[in-house]
Amino acid sequence: MSTVQRNMSLAGEPPKTINTQQKLASAIGLIGLAVLFLALVNINFPNKTLWLTASLIAIGGGTVWFSIAAYGNKHEGIKNDGVYFKSLTSKGFWAWVLGITLTLFYVVLYWFPQYLGLVQDGDNKGLVALFDPLSKFLNGGSASQWFVYGTLYTLAILAFGIKFILKYRHNKYEKLRTYSVIFFQLGFAFLIPELMQRLNSESFTLPYYDLKNIWPLNYYNFEQYRVDQFISAGDIGLALLIFGIVSIFIITPILTYKYGKRWYCSWVCGCGGLAETAGDPFRHLSDKRQIAWRVERWVIHSVLVFVVLMTTAVVHSYLGDDSSKYWLTKDVFLISVAAILTAVFAGTFIFKREELQKDARYGAIGYFVIIISLIGFHYFSGKTLFLFEAETLRQSYGFLIGAVFSGVIGVGFYPIFGSRVWCRFGCPMAAILGFQQRLFSRFRITTNGGQCISCGNCSTYCEMGIDVRAYAQKGENIVRSSCVGCGICSAVCPRGVLKLENGPLEKRIDSNEILLGNDVDLMNFVNK
Amino acid sequence: MEHIVIIGNGIAGVTAARHIRKLSNKKITIISAEADHFFSRTALMYVYMGHMRWRDIEPYEHWFWEKNRLELKKAYVETVDTNNKTLHFKGGGTLTYDKLIIASGSVTNTFGWEGLELNGVQGLVTKQDLEKLEKNAPNNKECPRAVIVGGGLIGVEMAEMLRTRDIEVTMLVREDGFWSNVLPKQDAEMISRHIVSHGVDLRHNSELDKILDDGKGNVRAVLTKDGEEIPCSVVGITTGVKPQISFLQHSKIETDKGILVNRKLETNIEDVHAIGDCAQQREPIGNRPPVEAVWYTGRMMGEALAQTICGKPFEYNPGNWFNSAKFFDIEYQTYGWVFSESKLKDYEAQFHWKCASDLRCVTISYNKNSNEFLGINTFGIRMKHEVFDKWLNEKRSVDYVIQNLKQANFDPEFYRKYEKEIQSKFFNQSVNA
Repeated sequence: MSTVQRNMSLAGEPPKTINTQQKLASAIGLIGLAVLFLALVNINFPNKTLWLTASLIAIGGGTVWFSIAAYGNKHEGIKNDGVYFKSLTSKGFWAWVLGITLTLFYVVLYWFPQYLGLVQDGDNKGLVALFDPLSKFLNGGSASQWFVYGTLYTLAILAFGIKFILKYRHNKYEKLRTYSVIFFQLGFAFLIPELMQRLNSESFTLPYYDLKNIWPLNYYNFEQYRVDQFISAGDIGLALLIFGIVSIFIITPILTYKYGKRWYCSWVCGCGGLAETAGDPFRHLSDKRQIAWRVERWVIHSVLVFVVLMTTAVVHSYLGDDSSKYWLTKDVFLISVAAILTAVFAGTFIFKREELQKDARYGAIGYFVIIISLIGFHYFSGKTLFLFEAETLRQSYGFLIGAVFSGVIGVGFYPIFGSRVWCRFGCPMAAILGFQQRLFSRFRITTNGGQCISCGNCSTYCEMGIDVRAYAQKGENIVRSSCVGCGICSAVCPRGVLKLENGPLEKRIDSNEILLGNDVDLMNFVNK
Repeated sequence: MEHIVIIGNGIAGVTAARHIRKLSNKKITIISAEADHFFSRTALMYVYMGHMRWRDIEPYEHWFWEKNRLELKKAYVETVDTNNKTLHFKGGGTLTYDKLIIASGSVTNTFGWEGLELNGVQGLVTKQDLEKLEKNAPNNKECPRAVIVGGGLIGVEMAEMLRTRDIEVTMLVREDGFWSNVLPKQDAEMISRHIVSHGVDLRHNSELDKILDDGKGNVRAVLTKDGEEIPCSVVGITTGVKPQISFLQHSKIETDKGILVNRKLETNIEDVHAIGDCAQQREPIGNRPPVEAVWYTGRMMGEALAQTICGKPFEYNPGNWFNSAKFFDIEYQTYGWVFSESKLKDYEAQFHWKCASDLRCVTISYNKNSNEFLGINTFGIRMKHEVFDKWLNEKRSVDYVIQNLKQANFDPEFYRKYEKEIQSKFFNQSVNA
């Protein structure tokens, strides 16, 4: 990351940032966490239901009380005072403590769940055992490390969501958006899939399915065991499988065309949901340098190519060769994938060529040639698809992207790299949505005539690291693939310059080098 | 290669430089004694408040200057020798130019009060002022109370800054409402109430008499003209700004309050131009004051002058007046002219609407004879520059503007709309009148 520049303001002493009520609230929250920690070190709580309830209420309630104490007696408005003075939010000591703790938690969660108390065949111990009562209540079975994680994740979005709503209570867009992410996390990601597990029996199993978690973010959705389960679960399973495909090819493109990728990234998505709520205090830490943008474009699109290859290989590996048994054979599948990719590639180059930057053109051509030649190579030579075994590809993706990138780096490093590192550099879903948002969507952020004063609040508080000011001070619309439409740039603008809008495609990308306010003839002359 | 030298790296100078670079291959040097790189002066407050770091208020990354071949020189110009087209720097060194652009900006305007030289007395215009404030008012132990003299844009910014560190603030405002030499009375009163609600001790009809010292060269208190002594350790002087032209005293460049320029932004000396806060129009343009110390006008002068320098002579011909500010939590935008009570034109009538929340209001100015729309002040509701610019150019009637007010709304999605309330007040009032 960029070098740490000791700001001159750090010479001064920031105001006391935490009042008595906030201290008490923090204490309650920490006591709640301490219960979890004690369970983790194998203290066996007698009445698990009671202790778990108390712990979760203390954590959630402590957070909410803290927020009420922090914002309740303040005016409605922007609350960024002292953000760069506080250790936790300016990469200070506490930021590193939190970052390292979160990272360790993710490492244990992904690779050493036994330390959380997970017991494969037998009764859970430790932290996982503490969550058994809740798991049994919801899905009928005992808890897993993922159940623990899912519960805490949902609690975080709920409690910090309420904090965010209090912080932005003057801003209806922010409030509605936060109600929405809380709803989708609590309902779609947590309660519905848990309750769906209850339907499972010896003869009928549905895979754990968060309906809003769409491929390729949900990179495992079309793996053999899941597809088998979907198909064996009869009409319901088939409906879910079809929904999974429809959401990629129909629902997503329509909504993204109408509203931009924000409908997903900052209104629905769970990763986005955590970033917008628990991650909000760290949004300004995203790297705004142009070099970061350049890296971002290559990394995120490489992940997308990786996931396409991996999924193609995995699906290919379990399809049959005999078209008389089932119409979707290995060959039909490969040809369809090649056809879809060619159609997208050709369409983009025919209609949107002039909107692509040079490196985007090179990247697109390069990746397209690689994928198509791998498919062609396989088709004509019959060798292993993409040179690697499908299983190897799947495992590498799951490890590198699914675990390390989205979990450890994506969330563990919130206090260091900002809240949207995963969404910006890694998420293949964001890459697809962003691609469409940039080229084929009604969404844009408009600027208000010549009112920009280049202050930099918009760029600073952009969690995606977009240099919003660079556009605003030129009077240009902001049409960037990475923009998740969180609306904070518009909220923090002191001069009312930015507005998120859906509008016609004509003149969407409109550059006015001479801003409004000056001689009309001069403007016409320069804009020629 | 022609050498363009620009004194000042503020918005005016840097805009001129950027546009000259776009249009030409000339050699460009930007001189500043204040800061290494261009920064947004209007954002100084956010650094003290901890919203941003210094480098966040710099609009361009550091590679930008080299990439665009804009040479930066950190130096203080002491004298300008127009005969030999040479600048002399403080501490030695000279630089010759082919064309000179002076964009030296403003300094704090003071009124010769006793005690101005004391430690703790300062304005808030420059980077150095920000550093001084950090030193003078790091927290409320070192600085339990500050007194701000003057009720204008810089004054309220300074109050907001100090309040974020829980420092008690007393504001001495000569008029009976905040910024009421510019704002109509009802607007000014609403902003006054808002400032008070943020814990500022706002004193209307109150003037500074002198600043008292503690015997060691520091501020101890101020004395108002009513004879009240207010203890404080910082005195913010925010009674406006004036052009920074002291270094031109012995030059042949003609000055008055500012550097006198014609509409092409030329001074009396060939190849010497002045733009931004330091320039003074020989003939005021429309209702505009001859010296305009506003971010936007600095930028617009830079845009116009760049064309002239590159062989397309353009007059500085600003369009409709506009401006903006933020008073604590209340955003303000203005388009066209809305005058305060003291400056009200004889043909001007005003319609005022205020939201029950006391956080939003709109004042619309129109010609009472022709009904032509003249301008709008909007507080707490964002409105579109483009739409008002068009309506002003089209000389729309006030009825048309109010009827179509919705078109101008620029608030974020899902925000409550107030147009109906405004319309019903306006049309009821018209019927009754």
